[in-house]
Amino acid sequence: MKVILSNQSELPIYAQIREQIKEQITDGRIAEGTVLPSIRQLARDLGISVITTTRAYRELESEGFIASVQGKGSIVLKRDNKVLREQYQRQLQEHLDAAVQIAQKLSMKEEELIAALKERSIL
Amino acid sequence: MNALEVKGLTKKYRDFTLSDISFSLPKGYIMGYVGQNGAGKTTTLCMIAHLLKGDAGVCSIDGLTYEKQPVQYREAIGYIGDKDGLVPDFTIGDVCSICRDFYPSFRADTFRAYVKKWKLPEKKKIKTFSRGMKVKLMFAEVLSRETKLLILDEATNGLDPVVRREILELLQDYISDGERSILFSTHILSDLEQIADYIFFIHNGKKVFFETKEELQEAYMLVKGGSGELRAPEKDCLIGVRESDVGFEALVRTDDAPCLPQGVLLEKPTVDQIVVHMIKDMEG
Repeated sequence: MKVILSNQSELPIYAQIREQIKEQITDGRIAEGTVLPSIRQLARDLGISVITTTRAYRELESEGFIASVQGKGSIVLKRDNKVLREQYQRQLQEHLDAAVQIAQKLSMKEEELIAALKERSIL
Repeated sequence: MNALEVKGLTKKYRDFTLSDISFSLPKGYIMGYVGQNGAGKTTTLCMIAHLLKGDAGVCSIDGLTYEKQPVQYREAIGYIGDKDGLVPDFTIGDVCSICRDFYPSFRADTFRAYVKKWKLPEKKKIKTFSRGMKVKLMFAEVLSRETKLLILDEATNGLDPVVRREILELLQDYISDGERSILFSTHILSDLEQIADYIFFIHNGKKVFFETKEELQEAYMLVKGGSGELRAPEKDCLIGVRESDVGFEALVRTDDAPCLPQGVLLEKPTVDQIVVHMIKDMEG
């Protein structure tokens, strides 16, 4: 697991931690079943407050990325569960919305945007 | 159970009153006690450590009170102040044997290990030590016995950034088992701010706020803009405005931020910035 905090970031510290761990779980760099460092250990390693790391973990938990198991710590959940799918879908929507907005700024036609998507070969 | 509970601490001096200070600090957390010089930080901390007798108020540490268990209460505290209180003609060996006699839980081997790790000169008298060495010696002393609460009164003043960083890690190790807590006072927040869970802000002997740092930094934003952009209705929600020819800087409640005119710059504030603007606002 890798977490790099930036003071210049727009995001508050807890959100930076949440997003970075999420990204690594999503792309598989942190495998399912991995036990994350404890809240106190992470706070110490990053030189930040315990409340901050607690919040990051709590949000990862409520979004279904990790589960805290008594006596074991915080464990990374299976990647293909429903919650994660919803996460991806929401992310996809957001990026598509952004793409449409930029296309409008460029006064692109609908066909042009679809063509641009097709070039990416997944369609 | 809370590591520290403070209720209604009051102390009257001729020209200063510490009034009705109350808070509680849960186990395993760090609290920063913040305020200007003369705000009442040392008075509060000395009363908690029972180095100073107050006019009213009660403190308990892990359920212990000074009134009922004075010895255990004192032993539960590790206090490090701004002034070192070390005997100038002592050597490290003298400090070690005094501590061994004084505190039943003092472990000479732990103490020696710190002395070695920090390369403190064992033969020299303490009066020849630098400020950094003295602070390290005090930490070695306190960390070599069983305590529940560290009270640090401006303890990292006058230390270079490298030593401050080391102390920071030491403090985080101290709370890492979730059983022990730290109360520190400071007027230089920058580095200690990072590790603090709670912030208590005192001004003229009175509480201004006591919140988690997270909540605090979400409740306020720093706003900057050109001087012409300040208009009457919006001006009311600004806290502690600092104006110059080229622009202004102020604090604003995050809830009020949407009322501000377009084009102003909004940033997340540091605790220092929150405190500075609040003091400016209170003093007009």
